[in-house]
Amino acid sequence: MTKAYLLVTALLAPALFLSGSSVAQQVPPPAPAPATTAAAPQAGQPAGDQAGGLVVDVEGGTSSPTPIAIPVMPAAQIIDTPAGSTDAVGRQLSDIVANDLRNSGLFTPLPPAQLRTVSVPEVTAPAYDYWGGTGAQALVQGYVKANGDGSLTVGCYLYDVASKTELARQGFVVPPSDWRRAGHKCADSIYTRLTGEGPYFDSRVVYVSETGPKGKRIKRLAIMDQDGANHRFLTNGQSIVLTPRFAPNQQSIVFMSYEGKIPSIYVYDLGSGRPRLVVRNAATTFAPRFSPDGRWILFSMATGGNTDIYRVASQGGEPQRLTESPGIDTGGSYSPDGSRIVFESDRSGGQQIYVMNADGSNQQRISFGGGRYATPVWSPRGDLIAFTKVSGAFRIGVMSPSGGGERLLTNSWQDEGPSWSPNGRVITFYRSSRGSQGKADLWMVDLTGNVERKIPTPLDGSDPAWGPIRP
Amino acid sequence: MAKLHSTILAATALIALAGCAKKRPPVLPPAPAQNAGEVGANTPGTGMDNGAVVPGSDADFRRSVSSNTINFSLDEFDIDATARGILDSQVEWLNRYPQVRITIEGHCDERGTREYNLALGDRRANSAKNYLVARGIDASRVSTISYGKERPVALGSDDASYAQNRRAVTVVIGR
Repeated sequence: MTKAYLLVTALLAPALFLSGSSVAQQVPPPAPAPATTAAAPQAGQPAGDQAGGLVVDVEGGTSSPTPIAIPVMPAAQIIDTPAGSTDAVGRQLSDIVANDLRNSGLFTPLPPAQLRTVSVPEVTAPAYDYWGGTGAQALVQGYVKANGDGSLTVGCYLYDVASKTELARQGFVVPPSDWRRAGHKCADSIYTRLTGEGPYFDSRVVYVSETGPKGKRIKRLAIMDQDGANHRFLTNGQSIVLTPRFAPNQQSIVFMSYEGKIPSIYVYDLGSGRPRLVVRNAATTFAPRFSPDGRWILFSMATGGNTDIYRVASQGGEPQRLTESPGIDTGGSYSPDGSRIVFESDRSGGQQIYVMNADGSNQQRISFGGGRYATPVWSPRGDLIAFTKVSGAFRIGVMSPSGGGERLLTNSWQDEGPSWSPNGRVITFYRSSRGSQGKADLWMVDLTGNVERKIPTPLDGSDPAWGPIRP
Repeated sequence: MAKLHSTILAATALIALAGCAKKRPPVLPPAPAQNAGEVGANTPGTGMDNGAVVPGSDADFRRSVSSNTINFSLDEFDIDATARGILDSQVEWLNRYPQVRITIEGHCDERGTREYNLALGDRRANSAKNYLVARGIDASRVSTISYGKERPVALGSDDASYAQNRRAVTVVIGR
């Protein structure tokens, strides 16, 4: 009950401010200042900790997704806002929530024909008898209200239909430009409450947008919400750009560019829209990735045919060399606590996965299966490493940081370059097609391997990198 | 068309002069339809001036050497006998124009991952550079760049295309 009381309070006193650049603040209690670290996403509260609580099992749940009703969110008053009229916003918000939950593979939103029109008073007093007859196990209701200062308040309530109890409620205050985020935050609160997993819907993806013939493809940095909305190009395509990755604070993106025909790593500042060269060096630098605390950039440098892994302060400076093998060492990625690094090396003959301490000591091979293993990425939860397995085809797989429990999640001609969702439950990657067209597209797969989905993009896409959950 | 023409010339020269054709088929230019506008990733001006080839230009280089391109085996970067013959012809030309600088582009086929191929392309470009330097070319004249698998010259997903894409291309960049 205490929890419910806090949430009610949170809703009455504007609970969560979402604004473009500033940080959401929870009232009460106020959240601390924006963290600059990407700590492992907190696990959601354990599912089913309330009597009669509905639980969605993330392992088995994909074979029988939970039926969930998400009726249109009514508007307290129909008012025109920069985001559109409040009733239109309410319709779209319920669609956003439904799409997020459907895309997780764990929920089946009821078709519109089974939904009833919900009035504002009904939002907090559900028609349980009606919803019980639809087969829905869970019910999401909400409302939209335009505030005097131009912001929007979105209320989001989750009910257990069978036990006729409220499971969660949250309110979000958003500037009109961020109205979609209220839908994602609502979906996140439902997902975390029912699965016990961390949130991931209110997050963004940066990737390489591709177009043009295979031999002369134009590649541009682009950024979008994880569901493909709010798409924006960041570079103009005059130089080849590759492998963008978010800084933990999401204010910048590290990537590799052929600008000036010197392939080098740059940091693109999302605020100013300007790229900054990180290492001033004639040698080729590539495969960059931030450390979880944002202080370092791990990267590879090729000099005279030998490639090793280095780190450099993210503001620039003298790189420190971490590996010294005569082979190709690349693809470095930090563990979420920053203490270790997973990377690939062909020192044994072909590409295999290794882990080492953050200072380069204690390098140990962890992959031993047939074929080659490439592009390792440490899960934000710390429990798994995703990789590309190369044996003819490219497939996305996961293994434990000690190398055990290898599982392949995809089975196509060429799936490459995994990147983790903020909660470590879903992996985005890119899938290339054979032949002279050689199109590439962005995809997602969950850890069961059962839920696989193409991410819509305006053009082709490669090298997706998932950002942290937005504050 | 300049590219196509000079490649045919180079191939003819290879057969006529080098006698290497039996060991290794000359690299044929891809079909024009596929190849429209797809010369090397880094090809500068053609060096053609009203149809006349400027001595010391990239066009002059390409029509004078047995090939501007050497090829590699899968995931390899060693210089084989065929590649040595090609690079020797490049050494000869570079000795005639001692002020000319070149860059060597390293490329890979699409069967490797993106980041690894950037490193592998660097290995291939440096293999070619090291050979030229060992044959007396001043290292300061030779730069390298890796394009990994980002700039295939043959667009198919088949062994013949892959063989063409595993390459190091010498490009004249000026004086």
